[in-house]
Amino acid sequence: MLRLARYLKHYKKESIIGPLFKMLEAFFELLVPLVVADMIDNGIAKGDKTYIYRAAFIMVLLGVVGLVCSLIAQFFAAKASVGFGTELRDDLFAHMNRLSYAELDKAGTSTLVTRITSDMNQVQSGVNMILRLFLRSPFIVIGALAAAFLVNAKVAVIFVIATPILTLIIYGIMVLTIPMYSKAQKALDTISLATREGLNGARVIRAFGRCEDETEEFTEDCNRLLKLQKRVGKVSAAMNPLTYVVVNLAIAAIIMQGGKQVDAGVITQGEVIALVNYMTQILNALVALQVLIVSFTKAMASAKRVNEVLDLQPTVLDQDEPAETADQQRKKTDAGTDAPAVVFEHVSFTYPGAKEEALTELNFTVKKGQTVGIIGGTGSGKSSLVNLLPRFYDVTKGAVLIDGVDVREYPQRKLREKIGMVPQKAVLFSGTIRENMKWGKDDATDEEIDEALLIAQAKEFVDAKEGRLDYKLNQGGKNLSGGQRQRLTIARALVRKPEILILDDSASALDFATDAALRRALSERTKGMTVFMVSQRTATIRNADVILVLEDGEVAGIGTHEELVETCEVYKEICQSQVSAEEVGA
Amino acid sequence: MRKKTENATTLVRVIALIKPYLWLLILSLLFAVITVMTTLYAPVLTGQAIDHVVAAGKVDFEAITPILLRFLIVVGIMAVSSWVMNLCNNRIAFHVVRDLRTQVYAHVQKLPLSYLDSHPNGDTLSRIVTDIDQLSDGLLMGFSQLFTGVVTIAATLGFMLSIHVGIALLVVVLTPVSLFVAAFIAKRTYSLFRAQSKVRAEMTSLVEELVGNQKVVTAFSYEEKAEERFYDVNHRLQKVGLKAIFFSSLTNPCTRFVNGLVYTGVGIFGGFVALTAGPAVLTVGQLSCFLSYANQYTKPFNEISSVITELQNALASAKRVFDLLDEPEQLPDKEDAVVLHGAEGTVGLSHVAFSYVPEVPLLKDVTLNVEPGQRVAIVGPTGCGKTTLINLLMRFYDVKKGSITVDGTDIRDMTRESLRENYGMVLQETWLKSGTIAENIAYGRPDAAMEEIEEAAKASYAHNFIRRLKDGYQTVIAEDGGNLSQGQKQLLCIARVMLCLPPMLILDEATSSIDTRMEVRIQRAFHKMMKGRTSFIVAHRLSTIREADVILVMKDGDIIEQGTHKELLEKGGFYHNLYYSGAPEEQSAE
Repeated sequence: MLRLARYLKHYKKESIIGPLFKMLEAFFELLVPLVVADMIDNGIAKGDKTYIYRAAFIMVLLGVVGLVCSLIAQFFAAKASVGFGTELRDDLFAHMNRLSYAELDKAGTSTLVTRITSDMNQVQSGVNMILRLFLRSPFIVIGALAAAFLVNAKVAVIFVIATPILTLIIYGIMVLTIPMYSKAQKALDTISLATREGLNGARVIRAFGRCEDETEEFTEDCNRLLKLQKRVGKVSAAMNPLTYVVVNLAIAAIIMQGGKQVDAGVITQGEVIALVNYMTQILNALVALQVLIVSFTKAMASAKRVNEVLDLQPTVLDQDEPAETADQQRKKTDAGTDAPAVVFEHVSFTYPGAKEEALTELNFTVKKGQTVGIIGGTGSGKSSLVNLLPRFYDVTKGAVLIDGVDVREYPQRKLREKIGMVPQKAVLFSGTIRENMKWGKDDATDEEIDEALLIAQAKEFVDAKEGRLDYKLNQGGKNLSGGQRQRLTIARALVRKPEILILDDSASALDFATDAALRRALSERTKGMTVFMVSQRTATIRNADVILVLEDGEVAGIGTHEELVETCEVYKEICQSQVSAEEVGA
Repeated sequence: MRKKTENATTLVRVIALIKPYLWLLILSLLFAVITVMTTLYAPVLTGQAIDHVVAAGKVDFEAITPILLRFLIVVGIMAVSSWVMNLCNNRIAFHVVRDLRTQVYAHVQKLPLSYLDSHPNGDTLSRIVTDIDQLSDGLLMGFSQLFTGVVTIAATLGFMLSIHVGIALLVVVLTPVSLFVAAFIAKRTYSLFRAQSKVRAEMTSLVEELVGNQKVVTAFSYEEKAEERFYDVNHRLQKVGLKAIFFSSLTNPCTRFVNGLVYTGVGIFGGFVALTAGPAVLTVGQLSCFLSYANQYTKPFNEISSVITELQNALASAKRVFDLLDEPEQLPDKEDAVVLHGAEGTVGLSHVAFSYVPEVPLLKDVTLNVEPGQRVAIVGPTGCGKTTLINLLMRFYDVKKGSITVDGTDIRDMTRESLRENYGMVLQETWLKSGTIAENIAYGRPDAAMEEIEEAAKASYAHNFIRRLKDGYQTVIAEDGGNLSQGQKQLLCIARVMLCLPPMLILDEATSSIDTRMEVRIQRAFHKMMKGRTSFIVAHRLSTIREADVILVMKDGDIIEQGTHKELLEKGGFYHNLYYSGAPEEQSAE
């Protein structure tokens, strides 16, 4: 939490004024019992009406001043905490944007979403609470103690004894119950899990006739929760009675001891009443602080999670050699005009944290305009391979060269502009089709978009939509079929007319006819574009210029379909599983 | 009006839930009354004690000591009774939750699948988990708070009236002012909060889209634009958030201020009474007692008003839970239902018709006879009724017209459990339970020995990958088999069926997302299982279709063609077209 405090730096003034005025308000609140005591002793006891008027006036005045202080405090606390939250969120979002794939894999994008939404809300209200209330309660406790001493040191001794006992009870019970509560919460999570499984697996459960067993298991889970809840309930229910007893014992002692002091003429009756009031104020402040601490620990936990994200350092970085002038850059790119489109030089790659290599010793060269088919089983490294091209990950050994230049020497933006990526999962964004297409190229004209849609076999269905390019997609493009979504993601990559197009198993939802038409259009209409086509289907890649067969991260075969059918065992096996023997033979 | 009676019936049903704990409830109410009375009586006693502390030399210790002793006894009673009251309340609430939850879960297991298929699981889940919690928090805890609140108000009034009518009336008249202030602020801030949550929702969905798909954002270098869009929402949130937070935080200081005024009013008025009428009417101790009442009097009001909104939420939750409970269960098995044991595997469908909604018939008139051991491949475009057929065979749904027989007996005359035991089912969605691999394979026969489990895994080609896992068969798989690949999950599902090896099979071939070599293994496992067993296969692979004894070509809820692969190809009909459009284009060109 402290680390995040720097986000308050633009709100220094606010974060000082807030707590300050809150303390002022508490100060005025502490004065009230003294005024009442004064009124009783000097007004009522002596029968002086003007004294009562004055006391009333002072009390109203204290109230008004207190209110004003409080409003000022609330305003500045709100301003500081909201400003804090906004700036931190901005930074957090920008930070997330800079993360590379390795960090995204590690953290998980859904986790990132909760970090920037609910965790951030927790942290923000935590800051607000600290600014408003955190100083107030200790201040009241100390202030009430001080006031007690001012009135009478002998009676104040009771305060000195009672306050630590109260603190001990309140926080002792809190410390005791927190782990119990989290156990109960876990038991509740188990129940959620069991329910979810029971619902999702309804068919299987019934097919195996396990309904009764499932119900029995569920009942056991519920009973476990019940036991835990009852246990924690017993302890936490003891807090109020215990503190109540202690406070009232203290009050009795105050009256006794105070009585002696009054008898001796040291203090007055009104002052005894004031002391009793202070005791209650201390209790209230301690209880408020306890509630505060509970929500504060929540905010702390959230702050920790936010910090975890901020601690993730992007691993894929642009080279920041100042020596790399624009001129040299141009030379390199120029050098690339007749260089091969893609070269893999002794490339090995291990995912961060993984023990085994995902790719081992890859060596191959792809000429400009060639179509490369990549095939292999799950986990054979197909996606890992294509992810190295836009430098989503950095190679562990060797180098990937595009146009003769190591991908690590390009600025990431430049590199990615050369590449059109169609990921496995067809992700579209809420907004119009046109807006989605412009992801590929910011200033794309309608003609360019139409051309891309045409190649991607998407023009026909887009034309049939109301408003065509202005047709609004729901979040995730849910108002389109899987195949339509896939074709749009292909079009999106094509809009920028990339030098290299990567299709990462992105035709899986297309039927054979559309898939074939897509491939035909790609080869006819995008002359000069280098295409990487990852697929599970041999039919999709059999016409590629080069086919790369991967197995366990290594190249098991390289060549054309006809060559591989003869020479590559792995490829033969794959073909056999998909088409009958005579087709392979044909 | 209707809503009112609805609420009333819901309430009655909630009370019925508490019935087993009636004595606890009575105990709780009793202790609530004791707690309130003692809490209120304590300040009276301190007041009396203070009255004996007048001035120097005028302190009557002989009078004070017994008063303080009594005070301590009262405090002790209060502490014990409030603890016991809380324990009673907890017990009632937690037990009712347990009872209701198990009841609902058992009910869900008996609901017809049509209910589960047509209602999102998330909704049912939240009824079982969140709504039941809400019900207990709101209705049970709320009820006890409400009761305590009302008793407190009544008793406080009584105590005050017994001390001094005038001041009591003053308190009664003034205290609602703070309630009005609180209500006034709440009303004003409500719209601000709505505005805030609207922007917040906007931000959440933006973040879900962009950060949730961060990899795509990176791939298209969309970072800057994304940041711009986020900045815009974020700063709108700042503006509206500041207002909402500030105005809502006004409630506390404002009500405190008003309470302060009430306190002052009571102080002055009481001061005057004490001054003019003398201690015979109002003593200083009584005044201090009044002051502490004035401080507390608004508290039960605030509590009650928050309890009432809670209660309304809880009632809504309770209704959702009861609605689920009221869903009719599936028809119970007939009383004289036959227990199907070791079926031969003759399956007959006679003029079967089915529809989920009357307007859209899914199966129109299907008649089919399957001999023991035959392999039936079902093919056809999506939505042609393949899945529906499976649902009917397993009796997840009942036919609307016609009948289905196994070994000559109508399946409606058998127990569901025994019918299903005779089928082994492997579906595309691979459901696994969180637990160990061994437990999952043994799902159909929990008493299976470890050797049998391994045997089944070997037979279904799952043994190899299981062996390589860290804890082998004892590896715990996360929810939904999260740490396994799709193909591995499918193999486990096959192993699960392999262990029971029922006489009939229903298999749904996976389409995509499994790599080809894994597929070969799955194919082999399927083949092994099907040997000598009546099998229904929703087929996607040519090899499966070719080896089938009968191919059913379905379209729009009818079997339009039926026969072997060769027969159907020669016929040159729909199957012929389907076969060639599904095969690689090169071949169709030949």
